[in-house]
Amino acid sequence: MSDALIQQSIARLVPKGARVLDLGCGDGALLDLLQRERGCSGYGVELDDANVQACVQRGVNVIQLNLDEGLTMFGDQSFDVVLQIDTLQHLRNAEVMLRETARVGRLGIVAFPNFAHWPNRLSVLLGRMPVTRRLPYQWYDTPNIRVGTHADFSDLAGKNSLRILDAFGLQEGREVRWLPNLRAGTAVFKFERG
Amino acid sequence: MPLQSGGSIRDYSLAFETYGALNADRSNAVLICHALNASHHVAGVYAGQDKSEGWWDNMIGPGKPVDTDRFFVIGVNNLGSCFGSTGPRDINPDTGRVYGADFPVVTVEDWVSAQARLLDALGINQLAAVMGGSLGGMQALSWTLQFPDRVHHAVVIASAPNLTAENIAFNEVARRAIVTDPDFHAGHFYEHGVLPKRGLRIARMVGHITYLSDDVMNEKFGRTLKAPTLPASRGSLPPEGAHPPGGDPAAGGAIRDYLYTTQDVEFQIESYLRYQGDKFSEYFDANTYLLITRALDYFDPARRFGGDLSAALAKATSQFLVVSFTTDWRFSPKRSREIVRALVDNRRDVSYAEIDAPHGHDAFLLDDPRYMGVVRSYFEGIAAERPSPGVAPETTRAGAAP
Repeated sequence: MSDALIQQSIARLVPKGARVLDLGCGDGALLDLLQRERGCSGYGVELDDANVQACVQRGVNVIQLNLDEGLTMFGDQSFDVVLQIDTLQHLRNAEVMLRETARVGRLGIVAFPNFAHWPNRLSVLLGRMPVTRRLPYQWYDTPNIRVGTHADFSDLAGKNSLRILDAFGLQEGREVRWLPNLRAGTAVFKFERG
Repeated sequence: MPLQSGGSIRDYSLAFETYGALNADRSNAVLICHALNASHHVAGVYAGQDKSEGWWDNMIGPGKPVDTDRFFVIGVNNLGSCFGSTGPRDINPDTGRVYGADFPVVTVEDWVSAQARLLDALGINQLAAVMGGSLGGMQALSWTLQFPDRVHHAVVIASAPNLTAENIAFNEVARRAIVTDPDFHAGHFYEHGVLPKRGLRIARMVGHITYLSDDVMNEKFGRTLKAPTLPASRGSLPPEGAHPPGGDPAAGGAIRDYLYTTQDVEFQIESYLRYQGDKFSEYFDANTYLLITRALDYFDPARRFGGDLSAALAKATSQFLVVSFTTDWRFSPKRSREIVRALVDNRRDVSYAEIDAPHGHDAFLLDDPRYMGVVRSYFEGIAAERPSPGVAPETTRAGAAP
């Protein structure tokens, strides 16, 4: 789901040689990148049939599961890194999956669209839900059922006793570390179980 | 050959067919394992014979998901079956009599051992892939445990790591139907010149129910009454304004009254099951049915590991594609996920596709673009890893033609 620039930025956060579980791995492009350039291994989890086939086509291990049914397939701390890249906003049980991410992985990395990015704020101020390149959907047919901000996620992480190791924003492929809640279209968090 | 039961079998033969050509380094062989009632004839048709398509002809052949232009595909009939390999209808060399019920009990592991000997005879040391659906998937899984160094990829479709109590129960109903048929003669019916067809028919009817999903059975047959046939029809017209007893009221026209019979065929589903049973009883061997259902019952690689499938699969080093179908209640997706979980626990390479197909267990034999697509993509990956066979003769040996 994520574009190449986001993928490159996320890939830099993943330790070399890590065993990775990529939740909502889409067509497997990020896992492919991690395998080729960072010597990682692991699995993607994906629901969509076409994406599952795309993963198989590019030689990425993929497991077809509905994340809303949980991660019982995977043992505690069985991966070095669990990724949720542009996945959280689609999940009915987003909070449960966040806890599951921290249970299964020693390290969790989450990225999602930051609804507090200033153009979104401006749009809402003008009385309209934002429709942007990052959030291209109309309000009535968006798959983004969890609408949150960079700041909101910090609170949710605290509530679930997650220790945030790094937090920043991504905008145009660059890391935004000053006022990310206002200045970045994508929120990124790296965390572990507290 | 020694058998898992402690017994042994000698002077046996295996029927097999091959398709495509072996490449120069003998690295493109794919073994196809069959389920309960299939054979070594997996693809192609026999020249001059109508309706002789192999049982997996939609999956295997030139340009198909398992592409015989790229792979050397081997279909083999298992020991104890009734399609050419040594089975209960053959002569026991120790007694000079037909085996019948004396044919040794064979297991999935025994079949795999025999298949390995076939590969030895063909000069194939390693398989690019072993593939099977249902009971065939169990053989593919067993290959990765018995001969981990000889299998690069295992494709396990609509299968399970063992049977549930319900699965065994259905098998037992089928076996009792056969064994209690007065024509069974304790398995030595050949000497009496009869066949326990009644038992086989019922066994097949029970089996067929478990191959279909409730939804598909309703869609296909619903409560539709069998069209009146000569002896059944009483020539009565439905009363004025009568509602159809079921099915699609819009279909209209052909509404007929119930026959109010307890023994004649009333519903279309009955007719279908009887037809399937009749057809099956004409060609399938009763002792083979007992043997193969028992092999299903006994398969349980985790048994020696206290039920721990992850420990059992630690030996498997090949890469896996596991496929299940959402409406398959005979070997449900839950059972395939157990296999996947055990492989993940062992950090093995595995991909898992759960196809939302409506057809129940039968789906593994049917065309579904998602299912065919994922198998095709997987085999393209395998093909990319190895040299192509060059100009391949289309099909060879057993007379299959495109």
